[in-house]
Amino acid sequence: MLIFEQSQTGRRNPGQAPHHKADCSDIPAQFLRSDRPLLPEVSEMQAVRHYTRLSQKNFSIDTHFYPLGSCTMKYNPRACNSLAMLPEFLARHPAAPDDTGQGLLACMYELQEMLKDVTGMRAVSMAPMAGAQGEFAGVAMIRAYHNSRNDHARTEILVPDAAHGTNPATAVMCGYKVREIPTNDQGDVDLDALRSAVGPQTAGIMLTNPSTLGVFERRIMEIAKVVHQAGGLLYYDGANLNAILGKVKPGDMGFDVIHMNLHKTFSTPHGGGGPGAGPVGVNERLIPFLPVPMVARDNGGYRWLTEQDCPQTMGRLAASNGNVGILLRAYIYARLLGRDGMHRVAEFATLNANYLMAQLQKNGFDLAYPQRRATHEFIVTLKRQARALGITTMDFAKRLLDYGFHAPTTYFPLLVPECLLIEPTETETKEELDAFIVAMLKILAEANTDAALLKGAPHKLPVRRLDDVRAARELDLVWRPAAG
Amino acid sequence: MTKTPGNLRYAKSHEWAQRLDNGNVRVGITDHAQGQLGDMVFIELPEVGRQVAAGEEIAVVESVKAASDVYSPVSGTVIKTNGTVADAPETVNQAPYSDGWLFEIAPSNPGELDKLLDAHAYAAVAESESH
Repeated sequence: MLIFEQSQTGRRNPGQAPHHKADCSDIPAQFLRSDRPLLPEVSEMQAVRHYTRLSQKNFSIDTHFYPLGSCTMKYNPRACNSLAMLPEFLARHPAAPDDTGQGLLACMYELQEMLKDVTGMRAVSMAPMAGAQGEFAGVAMIRAYHNSRNDHARTEILVPDAAHGTNPATAVMCGYKVREIPTNDQGDVDLDALRSAVGPQTAGIMLTNPSTLGVFERRIMEIAKVVHQAGGLLYYDGANLNAILGKVKPGDMGFDVIHMNLHKTFSTPHGGGGPGAGPVGVNERLIPFLPVPMVARDNGGYRWLTEQDCPQTMGRLAASNGNVGILLRAYIYARLLGRDGMHRVAEFATLNANYLMAQLQKNGFDLAYPQRRATHEFIVTLKRQARALGITTMDFAKRLLDYGFHAPTTYFPLLVPECLLIEPTETETKEELDAFIVAMLKILAEANTDAALLKGAPHKLPVRRLDDVRAARELDLVWRPAAG
Repeated sequence: MTKTPGNLRYAKSHEWAQRLDNGNVRVGITDHAQGQLGDMVFIELPEVGRQVAAGEEIAVVESVKAASDVYSPVSGTVIKTNGTVADAPETVNQAPYSDGWLFEIAPSNPGELDKLLDAHAYAAVAESESH
C-alpha cells in the first residue's frame, strides 16, 4: 500500500512540521501556488511503519550476497559515508570562493592524481556525474580531437558485440555510426574482422577490458596497434576496472581515453539510479578537450578550472562541481586502501570469481568459456538444462531469491544463451561463497526433480513473479487520487 | 523445436523473407528469434518510403530481455508496415510467420532473395546457436 493510500484528510503530524512559516512576501503573486500540494496526511507512527516496512523488503548488499555480474555490488565501508558527511563538507555551498574551501579542493585534487596513477592516464576530469555521462564525455573528446585536426571523414565507432548497450548508444549520441565487431569462440575480439573494419572512416573503438564475457582481452596491444594505425582512438569503458585495479593500467594497454564508475569501483552504494560519478582520464593528445570543472594546484593553493582556463574543453558537464559527495567517498576509500590495498581489491575480486567458477563447474554447471580463467566475473550457461528440463535461466534466478541470494545478471551478454553472469566481488567471505554454491546445487537438483518449484519461484518474497511486459509497457509511476 | 517454414527464405541474423504475388517482399523475425528474445515489449517499425540496403538496420524489436536490431534481408523501398505489431507486440511471439510480420519492401534487386538461406540451412544456423 502506498503512503498516499493511507492518507486521511486532516490527519497531522505537527511534531515534524516546520516551526516557522516561510516569508514569501518577496515572491511575485503569479509564481505562488494557490492550491495545496498533494501530500499524504498521516501520523508520525504511520510514516515510520511505512518506511521501516519498505526498508525491510529491500534486497540489498547490506542484507544479502549480491553477485550481479557487471555491476560490482561490493560492500561500501561505512567510514567512507560518515567521513563524506562531515558537516564541513555537507554545509559548504558549491559557489563558495575557492579560498574558503581549500580542504575540499585538496581532497579533489588528490583524488584526480590517484585516479591518474591507478589508470596510467596523463590527466583526469571528475566533472561527469555518472558512468553514461563519462562515456559521453569520452567519445565527445574523440570527436573534438578529430575535428581539431580537420579530420571530418571519421564517421564510425567500432564496438565489439559483447559490449554494454551503453557503448553503441553513446557513439550514436555523439553523432557516429556504430560498426559491430564479432567475438571469436574464445571470447576475444575477432582480430581479422577488426582489421577489415578499420579505415579512414574509423574514429575509434570502445572496449571493456576485461570484457563483459568475464575474460581478459589477451591481444589488446595488437588491437591498439590496428586501431591507432588506422588513425582511430581507443576508448576504455571502466565498467570492469575492479578486476585490474592497481594491476594493469588502461594507459599501458594503449587506451587514449577512459571513464571510471567511482560508484562501482570506489565505494558508493549503487543500483538505485544514482547519484554516481564517472570521471574521465585521457592521454596527452586529448588533454585540451577534457570537460570542466577540474581542480588545479598553483602557487601552493587549489582552485577550480573553468572554460577560461581550458578554451578547447568539450564543455561543462556539471552545473557546479560534479557530484562532490560521491567523489569524497571515492577519495576516502582510496586513502583507506592505499596502493597495496588496491592491489588486493583486484586479487580478491578475481580469486573469489575463480573459486566460485571452479566449484560450480566441478559440481555440474556448464561454463560459457571453460578454457578461460575468469577475471572478476564469469558466465554459467544453463542451455543444457533449459533444453532437457524445460526450465529457463529466469526460473533459476528467481529461485535463488528464495534461498536468500540476489540473482546474478541474467541474459547478458546476449552472445551466450541462457546465461548467468556472476560477479562475487572481493568483499565476500569464503563462507558466503560456499553458501551460494550450496544453494546453486540445491536448485540444480530441484530442476531435475521438481521443475514446477522453479517455475513458480520466488515463493518466499513479498511479491511473486512480476509481469515484466506490463511493467515495461505501462511506465505509469505517478499516483493520483481516485476520481470523486 | 522451433518452426522454420519451407516456403520462406532466411537471413543469418534471424529474419525471414517471403516473396508475395505482387513481387514485394514481406519480412519478419523467425520463431527461433522470438523464442530467444522472449516476450516482446516494443516494436519500432521503419517509415514507409525509406530506402534500405540489404543488411542495413531497419527496425528494432525490444523484449523483456533485450532490444535487438532487425536487418533488412533485401534492398529496396519500404512500402508497408504492420501496424498490428506496433500496437500488440505480442503478435510477433504468437505468430511470427503470419500476423506478426513487420514490413514489406519493393525490392530493387529481386535476385537478393535467392541468395538468402533456405529453411534447411537456417534451421542448422539456429540449432548451432542455441545448443
